[in-house]
Amino acid sequence: MDVPADRRYTAEHEWIDAGDPATVGVTAHAAQQLGDVVFVALPEVGRVLAAGEVFGEIESTKSVSDLFAPAAGEVVAVNDALTDDPGAVNADPYGAGWLVRLRVSEPGSTMDAEAYRTLVG
Amino acid sequence: MTQALRRTPLAERHLALGAALCPFAGWEMPLRYGSDLAEHRAVRTAAGLFDVAHMGQSELRGPDAARALERVLVSRVATLAPGRARYTMCCDADGTVVDDLIVARLPEDDGYWIVANAANAAEVAARLDGATADLDADHVPAPERALLALQGPRAADVLAALDATGAAPLLALRPFGAARTTLDGVAVLASRTGYTGEDGFELACDAADAGALWDRLLAVGGPLGLLPCGLAARDSLRLEAGLPLHGSELGGDLGPFETGFARIVQLDDRDELVGRDALARRRDAGPSRRVVGLVAEGRRGPRRGAVVRTPEGTEVGTVTSGAPSPTLGVPIALAAVAADRATVGTVLVADVRGVDVPVRVVDLPFVRRG
Repeated sequence: MDVPADRRYTAEHEWIDAGDPATVGVTAHAAQQLGDVVFVALPEVGRVLAAGEVFGEIESTKSVSDLFAPAAGEVVAVNDALTDDPGAVNADPYGAGWLVRLRVSEPGSTMDAEAYRTLVG
Repeated sequence: MTQALRRTPLAERHLALGAALCPFAGWEMPLRYGSDLAEHRAVRTAAGLFDVAHMGQSELRGPDAARALERVLVSRVATLAPGRARYTMCCDADGTVVDDLIVARLPEDDGYWIVANAANAAEVAARLDGATADLDADHVPAPERALLALQGPRAADVLAALDATGAAPLLALRPFGAARTTLDGVAVLASRTGYTGEDGFELACDAADAGALWDRLLAVGGPLGLLPCGLAARDSLRLEAGLPLHGSELGGDLGPFETGFARIVQLDDRDELVGRDALARRRDAGPSRRVVGLVAEGRRGPRRGAVVRTPEGTEVGTVTSGAPSPTLGVPIALAAVAADRATVGTVLVADVRGVDVPVRVVDLPFVRRG
């Protein structure tokens, strides 16, 4: 399973990179578990999130899952392209399937790629 | 320690195809092979092939087979012509639905073929054992029989491409017909039935032949658009077709009268039917709730368990199944709602994970074949 080493991961299968602002998405493992993503509900730009706070949801025909903020901070951008192409989350979870960009005020509880790889086995 | 999951005769095929597997009713089953949306669309526009060998198959044989079945099933079966099948239900003494199932009178008129849901197969089998105990009839479980569901508008074309001569008796079947034939050297017992809302066939064969039949159907069906399909597509297809799932729309206080299947319940001269009096009472009282189709406004739809209210806030029901419809592109759901709120066009409100979303009662099925 693809787990890029250049970012950090939550136990709930989000990733966050080291950018400023930081980009947030869900992992390839999560995308595969969900099946084809048909809808992603994302927050408004400007919303301030606490680390671990639910900031949206991601839906497939089979299930709907909450999205958890991997860090505290302000949402400065959301991936509007997912409205028309939610399948980008499956096709390119670490690239075109990104969810939000956060101006991080405080890091959350995350792990490195190796720990995440162990978690998802 | 958890019990090991049972595997169908096609388990190695599923692994080789890279299927995502999931536990289902004690079985390890394919959830999807690649894209569940692509599998869903293949069934709506071309064809899909499902491994449904987890379903509980058995036969009832002997002079009293029909009498035994009529102790257990809400429908008459003695009136079924050879080579005809029907959708029916098995109930407890209090009228609770134990399972919904397909019963077919075998084409040779030497018994009946029963296909029950995997989750309820043991319960149904126990009732059939009980019903036959004092009669000249045998309940013969068929655990070594596989079952493949070939579904979609091109299902008949796939069979014809596989073996035109062998497929002829199956292509001649009307919906809910059953026949035996040999397809590319494999002896099959087939019915023109399914759980997707499309034309299609359910093909039973010996476990030892299942792999060969599966491989050949995929090979000749591929150019026609056929895909192997998993349980994810099976569930989204049956939901679009408005078909109930036992455990969601059937069971507890939801039975044939709540789900629009009153016509399958035949209670005249049915003194031996388990649950007869309770079913008669339920029928005469009329359902207090009905299972209806809902379409939600917007993109976020209600899932199973969502509370349904009137626009004024009075709780009137619960969503029993819900998903975004791949065909329609809108959230759809089945819900059990108060009978006086079940009229098509009624506007209600569903609690979608904390947000009230307007929903409208619509006609079922959500998606019609063709």
